[in-house]
Amino acid sequence: MTCQLSRREYLAMLATASVAAQSPLAIGFVYNGPKNDLGYNQAHVEGKQSLKALPYVRAFDEANVPETVAVEESMRDMIHQDGARVIFATSYGFLDPFVLRVARESPDVQFFHCGGSYRDGVDPRNVGIYFGFIDEVEYMAGMTAGLMTRTGRMGFVAAKPIPQVLRNINSFMLGARSVNPSVTMRVVFTGDWVLPVREAEASSSLADQGVDVLTGHTGSPRVIVQVAERRGIFATGYQFNQSVLAPHGFLTGAEWAWEVVYHRYAELIHAGNSVATGTIPRRMAGTLKDEFCRLSPFGPAVTAEKREAIARAKQRLLDGSHVVYRGPLRDNAGKTVIPAGTTIRIEDPVLDQMNWLVEGVQGQVST
Amino acid sequence: MTGQTSSDSRLEAVAMPLTAVIAAVTLFGLFCAWVGASPLGVFASIYKAGFGSWYSWQNSLLRAAPLMLCALATALPARAGIITVGNEGAFVVGGLAAAAAGLATASGPVWLCLLTMMLAGGIAGGAWIAFAAGLQQYRGVNAVISSLLLNYIGIALLLQFVEGPMHDPGSLNFPATYPIPETHQLGRIPGSRIHYGLVFGVIACLLTWFLLERTVWGMKVKTVGGNARAAKLVGLPLGQIVLTASFLGGACAGLAGMVEVAAIHGRASQAISAGYGYVGILVAFLARQSPLRILVVSVILGAVLASGGILQRDHELPDATITVFEGIAFLAILASEALAGRFSFLRVRLRAAEREVANAER
Repeated sequence: MTCQLSRREYLAMLATASVAAQSPLAIGFVYNGPKNDLGYNQAHVEGKQSLKALPYVRAFDEANVPETVAVEESMRDMIHQDGARVIFATSYGFLDPFVLRVARESPDVQFFHCGGSYRDGVDPRNVGIYFGFIDEVEYMAGMTAGLMTRTGRMGFVAAKPIPQVLRNINSFMLGARSVNPSVTMRVVFTGDWVLPVREAEASSSLADQGVDVLTGHTGSPRVIVQVAERRGIFATGYQFNQSVLAPHGFLTGAEWAWEVVYHRYAELIHAGNSVATGTIPRRMAGTLKDEFCRLSPFGPAVTAEKREAIARAKQRLLDGSHVVYRGPLRDNAGKTVIPAGTTIRIEDPVLDQMNWLVEGVQGQVST
Repeated sequence: MTGQTSSDSRLEAVAMPLTAVIAAVTLFGLFCAWVGASPLGVFASIYKAGFGSWYSWQNSLLRAAPLMLCALATALPARAGIITVGNEGAFVVGGLAAAAAGLATASGPVWLCLLTMMLAGGIAGGAWIAFAAGLQQYRGVNAVISSLLLNYIGIALLLQFVEGPMHDPGSLNFPATYPIPETHQLGRIPGSRIHYGLVFGVIACLLTWFLLERTVWGMKVKTVGGNARAAKLVGLPLGQIVLTASFLGGACAGLAGMVEVAAIHGRASQAISAGYGYVGILVAFLARQSPLRILVVSVILGAVLASGGILQRDHELPDATITVFEGIAFLAILASEALAGRFSFLRVRLRAAEREVANAER
């Protein structure tokens, strides 16, 4: 028996097929750095790659795009040559004035920027902001470090003394102190996000000072983790899973889970929502609970017992019975920064004004 | 007899770069296949990004404008016998000077502001290349080397000024000068995204062609470039001609820097040094230092530059792919130049042999 199609049915089938073929949601990504940095950029690349699981999405990207008019050109090309309906601009310096300018030119395209600040009533309505709060994950990584250190001294290599970095330093330290009250941590600021040579020097010098856990907040802590492994000490990662760099000494790390965010946006937009009409929230922020970030898989040095302890802490953070910023907290100059009886939720904007280093951290915010 | 020779060299002027381009395209195709992309697909994408639509054409023309001006900074001195590769340096000092002039006159009328910017950019770029040419003319310093090194000095000067005396404290993440008010920036050709820099580029190429081919001065330049000794014997003021040609060439690159500041970035910063100067050298050599051919070659290389992104997006090739293409093209051109130079190399040997014979006879 052969399948007989009338001419009309056949044409209708063709039409649906062609609609399905031309309708994929075209999404463009721009990154400031290389795709394989095992850090900030690769975390976003991984998120973009995961969109392959959605049959209705066609995603493409450009790497190493400078924070100049070059990024405007890249975004315009994506819109005019590839038919992009959505653009994810992943670097802080892309937003003002570049994303804002192209967004005004192309009001039908939706732009989402990672970590920027949107001025209501001033900036174009087709721009949204997404970001995550990773303090709780840093807290758990800090706990792991605090449980593992033998010398009781840890080292943190940081890019710049800005609130976002200070939050990570402090939450890491608070986690470590929650299990090991006598632990100390020395902080070194390198001055910029990608300075591999200075990061290596800082890491080596910290190792020379007897530190036995190294971590950091830079564009990618790959150098920091590598130095730790070479010196035979422990390391925790940031931004992306760096375990491949340190098969012996890698403990865990705080990493982003942008695939969750990108999937959520893709589904919302596919369903016909738009940030311009308000059906997608202007700001999309998430915490550990929202799965915007996660702990990297534990390294071999972390025993089952310790993993257990951290899992219990995670449970308490998730159900709200424990919070990262709970008073009384003093900074490393002895001044009370959070009074007794006060807790601050990590979504609280007051934390974005952080300008202190918590007790036990050796280092200074002002350079 | 002479007519025969000139038509022969004209044939060579087309055949040599054409062979080089075909070789470069083939090598690049092999490279693409090697990294796992379809060469034909890649070339189709380059075409799409360069000429596939009006939008793409505008992209190519936008990039062709600075290339035309920068190529003249190599081509003009070359016609007077001086090879300079200081285009990027002339470009950035031109941009820096234009930004300074623009900021100084921003309170005045628009035309005056733009005119001072053009003059400042042109003079700075012109002086830059004339300096390198003068070093060779009067001090025997090889202009290829000195102008190449002057590029680094130019970029360092730019950084020194945008991070120091001209720094806008508002430009935290990316040190830059204060912006030139938008009202005083160079506008766009109506109905397009293309700024008036393209008009500057086309006029500069046509004007250079006219000067070289239709004026006595052009005749002098070509005489000096063709045979400096003969020109000196005829009594031509060598230094003056070389310096003027180099100044005019450098002024074009400086003007390109001015356009980059006045039409694209609105301020001077490290971002203006996007490599147009270096690609301009490639354009000049591909065009065999002819102003009219520069017009065409600039548009083609403008399209190549405009396709850097699409190779990443459509073929998942690394962002440096287009730089690889430029590098291969440059090597192929240099190789073809070296092959063409073999004849003059022989001639030099013959002349040396003749001199030896003459010495022996004396």
